[in-house]
Amino acid sequence: MIELLNIHKTFNQGKTNEYVALREISLAIASRQATVLKGPSGSGKTTLLGILGGMARPTAGRIVLFEREITSLPERFLTDIRRRTFGFIFQQFNLVRGIGVLENVMLPAYPCGERHAILRERAMALLELFGLAGRAATRVEWLSGGEMQRVAIARALINNPAVIIADEPTAHLDTRLSGEFLEFMARLKGEGKTIIMASHDPLVYEAGLVDRVVEMRDGRIVYP
Amino acid sequence: MGGVEKQRSIIDFTLSSLLRRKGKNAALLTVYALVVFFLASVMFFTQAIRKEAAALLASAPELVVQRTVAGRHDLIPLGYIEKIRGIRGISAVRGRLWGYYYDPLFLANYTLVVPEAFPWGTGTIVIGQAVARRTMTVEGSVMPFHTYSGKPVNLTVVNIMPATTELVAADLILLSADDFRMLFGVPPGLATDLVVEVANPAEVPTIARKIGALLPDTRPISRDEILRTYEAVFDWRSGILLTLLSGALLAFVIFAWDKATGLSAEERKEIGILKAVGWDTGDVLLMKFWEGTAISLSAFLAGVILAYLHVFIAAAPFFEPVIKGWSVLYPQFRLTPALDFSSLAVLFFLTVVPYTVATIVPAWRAATVDPDAVMRG
Repeated sequence: MIELLNIHKTFNQGKTNEYVALREISLAIASRQATVLKGPSGSGKTTLLGILGGMARPTAGRIVLFEREITSLPERFLTDIRRRTFGFIFQQFNLVRGIGVLENVMLPAYPCGERHAILRERAMALLELFGLAGRAATRVEWLSGGEMQRVAIARALINNPAVIIADEPTAHLDTRLSGEFLEFMARLKGEGKTIIMASHDPLVYEAGLVDRVVEMRDGRIVYP
Repeated sequence: MGGVEKQRSIIDFTLSSLLRRKGKNAALLTVYALVVFFLASVMFFTQAIRKEAAALLASAPELVVQRTVAGRHDLIPLGYIEKIRGIRGISAVRGRLWGYYYDPLFLANYTLVVPEAFPWGTGTIVIGQAVARRTMTVEGSVMPFHTYSGKPVNLTVVNIMPATTELVAADLILLSADDFRMLFGVPPGLATDLVVEVANPAEVPTIARKIGALLPDTRPISRDEILRTYEAVFDWRSGILLTLLSGALLAFVIFAWDKATGLSAEERKEIGILKAVGWDTGDVLLMKFWEGTAISLSAFLAGVILAYLHVFIAAAPFFEPVIKGWSVLYPQFRLTPALDFSSLAVLFFLTVVPYTVATIVPAWRAATVDPDAVMRG
């Protein structure tokens, strides 16, 4: 479903601080499976996750999504594909402070031009699902860590994406909340979603829901 | 439909974003509105007063002829009337008597004018509103004067002019020709100046030239020239006011520029989040556009409405003395609202547009970074 062909990514190309983050990455991610990118800090997991999710462009190589090459699409089209196909959960949650839970969940859908009332209804249904309906109007900075995590998941699901991408999702969670997070992911996988996570936490890559672990080191995939 | 909903959603988010930084945005809005208020007040006031002056001068004579001696205005012999009447195209010529009188008792200058018809007879006067206020005079009171030779004379107030004439008649006193000559010692064969009525206004410059040639010691002044002088005076006064305001204006520009162009780390992070969750650069710019528009348009509307109330309802108490002139007797009057939409449009383009652009540019710089930057914190 997502295929990477000979991907290279270099930051600050041609400058003195040039840094090669990814080299010769070729990888196919199957639908409805849970894949974990595993590796130490600086191994290129986050960069690869960004490229898989259409957030960053590779310096060289091709990306094929649902048999359609998306590598050189203009920003507008790429963004449109990204927001309809991928839901992102960030390491620090990256919720917008100062506004309420409901509005945070609705944010990714604003550019789609959906009717506000329908969108609101959908967001409320998601909050209900994650036990946050009573907190809809609460500002996100007043939430507990677990609640923030659930808001971040609800936000990732608002556009009903086929793929959930999570970057170091358990880095700031204790064991109980990490377990809770993995349960949510298992539930989503059960509903037919594709899960891609980057993590070096054994709780994640050893979890029962994970179908495949891709090990990385120094910007390359390490084959066993 | 989708486009409208998208705009609506983004505007909703923009407004709740603005509310998050309530204090900062309220301060900006207040200062911004205040600047628009001052600029619009000067504009409204100058326009209205010029319109008022032009309307009043519309009934003024086409041509006034003054005699000059050594370059100074002097009394004109009434014998000149016959000479001027001989020029073709002139429908009427008459002498006028008017002058200024300083009242040491009330420390005020009055303008004394003999009207064409003064039915109340000698020993009486009609006074303007400001004179009545200053001297606390009512109809039937007696006002003391001194003649040119120092002799005291009492004149009875028979009427007070209506308030509608106050802009030009505030310090006015109307009296009979005999009283005027007695007060100032003007001999019977002389007048202050001559008023010439011309049948065809297009001929005024030609007739003025002919009068100048026929009577070389005179100076013909046309109504258009007076109007131009008035406009120059009001423009000059509003210029002074704008100069005074320019310091404040500059401070505002620096403040607004700083606010609009500098994105805080928090705002920068927010743009990163929006891009990461699926907004494209255009959506972020749209949001910033609405933000700039919401602030500048509200400030513009608030400023213009306040200026309207200040000038036309409250009679411009803030800078009345500068624009109306320097006098002991200030006219008290309410200006007729005169809105010049082209000037309002200029004000709009000088305030709303630059601010909106200034908010978009830094956002554009922040929004063109790759969204994955946010994943790296």
